[in-house]
Amino acid sequence: MAVTEPLEEKAIALGMTLDELSQVRRLLGRDPTDAELAMFSVEWSEHCGYGRSRSWLRLFPKEGKFPPLVGGDAGGIEVAPGLFVLFKMESHNHPSQIEPKGGAATGIGGIVRDILAMGARPIALLDALRFGDPSDPKARYIFRGVIDGIQWYGNCIGVPTVAGEVAFHPAYQTNCLVGVMCVGVARAKELMTSVAKGPGNAVVYVGNKTGRDGIGGCSVLASQELKESLSLRPAVQLGDPFTEKCLIEACLEAFQTGAVVAVKDMGAAGLTCSTVETAAAGGVGMIVDLSLVPRREAGMEPWEVLVSESQERMLLIVERGREWEVERIFRKWGLAFAVIGRIIEEPVLRYYDGDQLIAELPPQVVASAPLYSLSAQEPAHLKEKRSFDFSTLPEPTDWESVLLGLLSDPDIADKSPIYEQYDHMVQTNTVVPPGAGDAAVLALKDYERDLAIAVTADCNSLYCSLDPYWGAQLSVAEAARNLSCVGAEPAGVTDCLCFGNPDKPDRYWYFVESVKGIADACRRLGVPVVSGNVSFYNESPTSVILPTPFIGMIGVLSNVAHHTTAGFKKEGDAIFLLGVPSGSLGASRFLRVVFGLEVGSPPALDWDREIQVQSACRRAIREGLVQSAHDVSEGGLAVALAECCILGNIGADVQLSRTHLPPSFLPLSSLLFGESPAQIVVSVDPKKKDDFIRLLNDLGCPFVFLGQVTGDRFCIALEGQSLLDLPVTEIADGWRSGLSSYLTR
Amino acid sequence: MRFGIIVFPGSNCDRDCWYVVTQGLGQDARFVWHQETDISDIDAVMLPGGFSYGDYLRVGAIARFSPVMNAVRRFAEDGGLVIGICNGFQILVEAQMLPGAFLRNAGLRFRCRPTFIRVENNATPFTVLCRPGQVLQIPIAHADGRYYADEATLNQLEKEGRIVFRYCDPSGQVTESANPNGSARNIAGLINETGNVLGMMPHPERASSKLLGSEDGLWIWKSLIHSFQTCGSVVPR
Repeated sequence: MAVTEPLEEKAIALGMTLDELSQVRRLLGRDPTDAELAMFSVEWSEHCGYGRSRSWLRLFPKEGKFPPLVGGDAGGIEVAPGLFVLFKMESHNHPSQIEPKGGAATGIGGIVRDILAMGARPIALLDALRFGDPSDPKARYIFRGVIDGIQWYGNCIGVPTVAGEVAFHPAYQTNCLVGVMCVGVARAKELMTSVAKGPGNAVVYVGNKTGRDGIGGCSVLASQELKESLSLRPAVQLGDPFTEKCLIEACLEAFQTGAVVAVKDMGAAGLTCSTVETAAAGGVGMIVDLSLVPRREAGMEPWEVLVSESQERMLLIVERGREWEVERIFRKWGLAFAVIGRIIEEPVLRYYDGDQLIAELPPQVVASAPLYSLSAQEPAHLKEKRSFDFSTLPEPTDWESVLLGLLSDPDIADKSPIYEQYDHMVQTNTVVPPGAGDAAVLALKDYERDLAIAVTADCNSLYCSLDPYWGAQLSVAEAARNLSCVGAEPAGVTDCLCFGNPDKPDRYWYFVESVKGIADACRRLGVPVVSGNVSFYNESPTSVILPTPFIGMIGVLSNVAHHTTAGFKKEGDAIFLLGVPSGSLGASRFLRVVFGLEVGSPPALDWDREIQVQSACRRAIREGLVQSAHDVSEGGLAVALAECCILGNIGADVQLSRTHLPPSFLPLSSLLFGESPAQIVVSVDPKKKDDFIRLLNDLGCPFVFLGQVTGDRFCIALEGQSLLDLPVTEIADGWRSGLSSYLTR
Repeated sequence: MRFGIIVFPGSNCDRDCWYVVTQGLGQDARFVWHQETDISDIDAVMLPGGFSYGDYLRVGAIARFSPVMNAVRRFAEDGGLVIGICNGFQILVEAQMLPGAFLRNAGLRFRCRPTFIRVENNATPFTVLCRPGQVLQIPIAHADGRYYADEATLNQLEKEGRIVFRYCDPSGQVTESANPNGSARNIAGLINETGNVLGMMPHPERASSKLLGSEDGLWIWKSLIHSFQTCGSVVPR
């Protein structure tokens, strides 16, 4: 930064607006120094300051059956007295678009440190991904790079990647989405906060050394539209999973000494964010000497040290006089440890470079990013798309090829080529591994003998693009249904809300409607939203992403033995549908795959029915009455049944009745491939059939008998007339090849 | 009996191994930091899986220089039982306590999945309770698990019965398609000349509970404990 450059130009180069600069001037009553300006630029960036989203996020419910824990680096729920599960999802989209492997890897690193900063041991990772059309080489390069980054970092740090979701659409071609979620566990006495306290206590820097990587990562890169360019590469951080693994162990060991008062990840906005936010939370000040910050690069300017986003670093506040107890542990793990400052009573942050004062700011001022009130407006074309006239479409005649087409659609196809690259077993808690059930189930054996949690990440972007309010609600409903299908009670939500440029009213409308949808859905479900992240500006000059509010949800199983998986289990079992067949084709995968259409309204959601079906499913699992459970989602009933056959490596004979046909256009397509919530396919041992039916009748839950698990063919007939009849091996081949072909090319 | 679980920076299956031998099998165990030099209180040494030193440079290549490895070597020379799992196997090979080398998986990718292995030699302290030819379902999770040695070494290993486990299909057939990583002759585990040091790529600690889908790993742990309790170790110390 040249000395002669006017402040205005410097501010713009740092990603600030001139309005923000004059606000800074007003708040300080003077011009900011270079270092101060850099600090404001990162703290007030949308990525850190949430100036465009904060007011809407207040809509989220914070109460549920399980006591929530909110307000820290991550949120959580108390799953048993004195035992907390902490979780949060965060995006790393622009870095991954520019440098796929490094961007995805450091996304993992950051979210893991957020969980660690709560005092929790990270026990699981999930990833929610979106890429461009996989037949495009650039999209495939990003796809493969992101998977590679997740496996490289996640596997090395010994945290299993147990669940996730991936979808492809041309709208993500210039803007991939990488949502990463981490789950951790802590006992009440182990919980940590990021509230700095105690004048005289040491401000301690631990972990990796600081370099010039990631400068402007949260401001220039994450809070603006993406003009892809190699020149942005330095704004992407460099990850080192080995150091992260050591940092996890060293931090957990250090917390046990009781000498650590507070802790904060040095993630986005690095040292600035961690010092400002811990001080602001505690109402104290700090004196920090930047010359004491461990560096891996000579000649760094003080402002660069303040905003660098070098990875694997944490800020600790350590009790005065006990620094050595903590230092010993970090030295043992081969990590940097430096006392870089002290807490002071006066609420002001003074940053020195040796003797020279380079920044002096009240933490509250830097921490309160300005709030923006933006206009939101529904895009004009949406109503027309929603009211598409289905009567113009012909009913297909070859149901077998429709089924095979859907099964090999990369969004529906087998995801094992991805999750086999992730260590999903380390820590030996993975009871239901990825692919086996609708959600992953993790035992908490190190804490409570029988207790387990289930985790899932979901979002139907197509629904959200046509109706963000109901699309978001349906995504929440599906996440909950996935948990219910493994036997878990939905207990808490985190979100990762990815949208385009919020300064454009149509983009902002999607965001606002989605937030309202999530808030209303979570209220109906009785689960709190405990943490989350907003990612705007997911657009390039050529395209904008589909609105994608990822939902991460945690469920609780009071007894780990009472879980189930999705595949049919044995010959002779009866197949039932919980709920009512009511396939709706609007915004369906069927329309996209068969007709290339993305139109219509997402299916209607009846929360009473949804909750009834889910709780009946959980109850049946808990009472040991079902052998398998799998929800009807993308691809509808036929795809759900086919997946149950493929996963169980066994056939099914399904007999549908004319009474099941919905009174709509394309009735057969709707019945077979329509998508409606509140439907779960279960299989039941004949010996337990009577008990199962009695339970459903007692609960008043509607159900339909569909047929039998049998043989090695997948057959569906209507009134005794065969609609499709395929060997399970053939549908399995289609399902398995859908995605793998894109990973090897 | 007391297990010593060696912890290198980057080990990540150390706690899983500890859980199985203490909580699952009721034995004593302690973590041994890689800089320790005295392991005289230990009855059997475990080198757990993970990414010691981030697997930087080459898998296991840095860990073998850790101070504890001298103690482990002496322990083995005195006839003590040593089991290296995954990264632990790779370290034993780098330390030349077992022959051969590891290459990148044939598919070039990390693979985490259930595999089946056949017990090729049940006259070892680690398999003594297994039937000959018994098939065990134990998962793998590695990127560099392709075992390699020259033909002469492989022939010698075969002749001396030192190949303890081979990847196979569920029925016990040793086939190419059952080989998850391209290992020479489907080798999944082998022992040293004196029979008291075992290296294996699959993770028995991940297959020691019904809840996790397989208890077959218990055959290995129980064999090891049985061997120690009946003879102290294979070779008299």
